[in-house]
Amino acid sequence: MPTLDHYLLLSAVLFAIGAAGVFVRRNLITILLSVEIMLNAVNLTFVAFGRALGTVDGQIIVFFVMTVAAAEAAVGLAIVIGLFRHRESLNPDSFAQLKW
Amino acid sequence: MTLFYVFAAIAVVASLLVIAQRNPIYSVLLLIASFGALSGLYVLLSAPFVAVIQIVVYAGAIMVLFLFVVMLLNAPHEETEADERRHVLLRSGALRFGAVLAFALAAELVWALSQGRDTGAFPGASVASVAAIGRTLFTDYAFPFEVTSILILVALVGAVVLAQRDHPLDRERP
Repeated sequence: MPTLDHYLLLSAVLFAIGAAGVFVRRNLITILLSVEIMLNAVNLTFVAFGRALGTVDGQIIVFFVMTVAAAEAAVGLAIVIGLFRHRESLNPDSFAQLKW
Repeated sequence: MTLFYVFAAIAVVASLLVIAQRNPIYSVLLLIASFGALSGLYVLLSAPFVAVIQIVVYAGAIMVLFLFVVMLLNAPHEETEADERRHVLLRSGALRFGAVLAFALAAELVWALSQGRDTGAFPGASVASVAAIGRTLFTDYAFPFEVTSILILVALVGAVVLAQRDHPLDRERP
């Protein structure tokens, strides 16, 4: 049977993939997707620990994390749309100034 | 046992391809595949409620929002294509630093996990019923649950205001 360690290792690998995506990619949409990968890695950790401890609290925290992720995605994508209207670009390097 | 490795492999490979794709539409679709594999892992962890909302909310709602924006903007490819063709570690300083940082993070996490004692198998008893989750959610977590509704409302209004075309603040300017 896979143990808690297996799930924690998988979660660590997924989180590192997400972090690498945020640093390496030059596209605002892909960066937001990488953030979602990291959020899901953390969700997996919560559920695995909840299973190991035999409580439902881990699953409830995941519920709240998903709510926050939905809010983050909605507002983040609205900002991306606004940025794209101004510069016709999704490269974060085009938005290096504080004013336009 | 083998199911865990199948789902884990799908999740890792799909996530790697998400950050390797240059077309955001493929990235979004691969991320949905990754979320499906994670949902299978939640079933293996005897958390059917989380598995279902992973599919319905994440893959169903949030990813469709991403897909909608990708198609709305119609800017599928990254602009720095010459930059993209070079290998990750050969690019300019900040990117190289970020990639090294991500590798260091992975190495540290794996090292920290390998230091710990073996946690052994999961306990036999598990709380899998949705009724138990609902009871805890509406008693111990009632206040955070209500705050969540405010958060969603704020995000809704904020997204509408940010994305509207004739922004009131722009109109007031001379």
